[in-house]
Amino acid sequence: MTAPVSAVPMAFELVAEGLQFAYNGRAVLRGVSLSIRPGEVLSLLGANGAGKTTLLRLLLGLSRPSAGAVCLNGKPLARYARRELAHHLAYVPQTHTTPFPYKVHEIVMLGRLPYTGLTHAPSRRDREVVSEMLERMGIAHLADRPYTEVSGGERQLALIARALAQGARLLIMDEPVSGLDYGNQLRFLTHLRALAADGYSVVKATHHPEHALLAATRVVLLCDGAIVRDGRADEVVTPAAIQQLYGVEVTAFHAPGHRAIAFYPSEPLSPAGEMR
Amino acid sequence: MSYARWVALLWVLLVVAVLVALSVGRYPVPVSDIVHFVLAAARLEEMPRDRFDLLYNLIVQIRLPRVLTAVLVGGALATSGAAYQAVFRNPLVSPELMGVLAGSAFGAALGILVSGNWLVVQSLAFAVGVVAVVAGVAFARLAGGASVVMLVLGGVISGTLFTALLSVAKFVADPYQKLPAIEYWLMGNLALADLRTIGWVVLPMGLGVAVLAGLGRALDALSMGDDEARSLGVPVTAVRYGVIAVATFVSAMTVSLAGMVGWVGLIIPHVARLAVGPGNLRLLPACACMGALFLLATDGLSRTLFNVEIPIGILTALLGVPAFLIVLHRARKGWL
Repeated sequence: MTAPVSAVPMAFELVAEGLQFAYNGRAVLRGVSLSIRPGEVLSLLGANGAGKTTLLRLLLGLSRPSAGAVCLNGKPLARYARRELAHHLAYVPQTHTTPFPYKVHEIVMLGRLPYTGLTHAPSRRDREVVSEMLERMGIAHLADRPYTEVSGGERQLALIARALAQGARLLIMDEPVSGLDYGNQLRFLTHLRALAADGYSVVKATHHPEHALLAATRVVLLCDGAIVRDGRADEVVTPAAIQQLYGVEVTAFHAPGHRAIAFYPSEPLSPAGEMR
Repeated sequence: MSYARWVALLWVLLVVAVLVALSVGRYPVPVSDIVHFVLAAARLEEMPRDRFDLLYNLIVQIRLPRVLTAVLVGGALATSGAAYQAVFRNPLVSPELMGVLAGSAFGAALGILVSGNWLVVQSLAFAVGVVAVVAGVAFARLAGGASVVMLVLGGVISGTLFTALLSVAKFVADPYQKLPAIEYWLMGNLALADLRTIGWVVLPMGLGVAVLAGLGRALDALSMGDDEARSLGVPVTAVRYGVIAVATFVSAMTVSLAGMVGWVGLIIPHVARLAVGPGNLRLLPACACMGALFLLATDGLSRTLFNVEIPIGILTALLGVPAFLIVLHRARKGWL
């Protein structure tokens, strides 16, 4: 038997330094610096258009910054081969469907592409890794079901299993819970915490401040392409921060003995009017 | 049914279909005679000289080119169709999406106009087909990118352009000789190619189909979307252009071999997907076999159904419509 791939994640360090990015002449990111440590769940909060998705794309090496650089273990992403990068960084998109009814295990097997290369058939070892990851995400029983026919929550778990099969230590997720029902959202956050406990790092963009408090060890607030706060979730996510990011007034409610907070709009609901 | 069984079944069916295709026709030759002929040709058996010459003429010179053309054209179109569907993330596209067939049609019409020489027609069909796809890609890049949507739009523009040019060619063609020749060519004909031409294209076509099939897993990744495929380590742009290039070359070769044979590239991938699943590593070889089988069967019908041979392109379309409806009905859960 080979050792499970998930045993102990290797040390890694992803550092973004002075990232700037412009799209059609409009500055989307203006000097963002960020370093991601093993074992943390980092939630990225920000209004629509604040630059969350752009930042995630830069961290994944899918776009190049106009200034600054992202370095993995001290080497800029641009100097990595795509395939090598895939050993370290994985992208977990919003739950989606595929145009063709691939089986769930086939979707997860795609995570082995960086190891097999484009033209080789998967080996026994690859199949073992896939089973292990399906098991780990609790969806082994879905292995032979078409990905297009399982629920949104199950598809999201399959996408994480694929990222784990990649052997990646850093999972980058763009609004991973959008499209999941309430129960699945909470279950999903539990999975994230378990991953972090095993030494994986997660960077996710989210629209839910409460989720940041539930699952994140660290929260970064992004406003107009710049980081305005970066710190422990319970210190950063405050009514003042929500006012600053979204321009709405809320009151925080703490349940005694819990770290969770519920935010509720302050009375009367401020007639902010225009959607932003 | 397991994949291994499907593969075994498809290969057996293909061999049977080739033997049957060699035996049926206006002068039926029993399969046993074909076997004796092959043994005699290999000097393992004696056969009277005149009998051998007759069979040689019938099997090797008349039927074999036709059977090989059907196998090559069917296999290549079905495989390119499946590869295109993955690259464009759309189960409803076929190899003509990027304008290759429109270009080839105009090229062949031009060839018929300027010369009656068959080699000229074939070469122009191939060359202009490739030019049309290059133009489509260039239009996409002019409009700003190599994304799927831009490429599809580029292909539509290119296809429209070359369809218009084909109309021009038809309009100026001599209506008594050249125009009918163009029209017949557009209906597809498996009896056009001789063994020498087939010898020219068999290697590049086989190689092209093998390359597409070899890229099966990259195609799976590409059908997830560009960002996902890239983050899985796939060089998306290179694979996409590579697949378009290879699929264009083999499709243009099918056109120069047999004219326009529509629908194979659209339907066969769906039938194959129902059989072996959507994973492209398995799907593409299955497509090659099933495409060949489909065209062999259609050709058999076109030769035996009536006294007059029906052009193959008409039959594939006529058979394709009900086949596609059945497939759509059975598979609609899967993709739309």
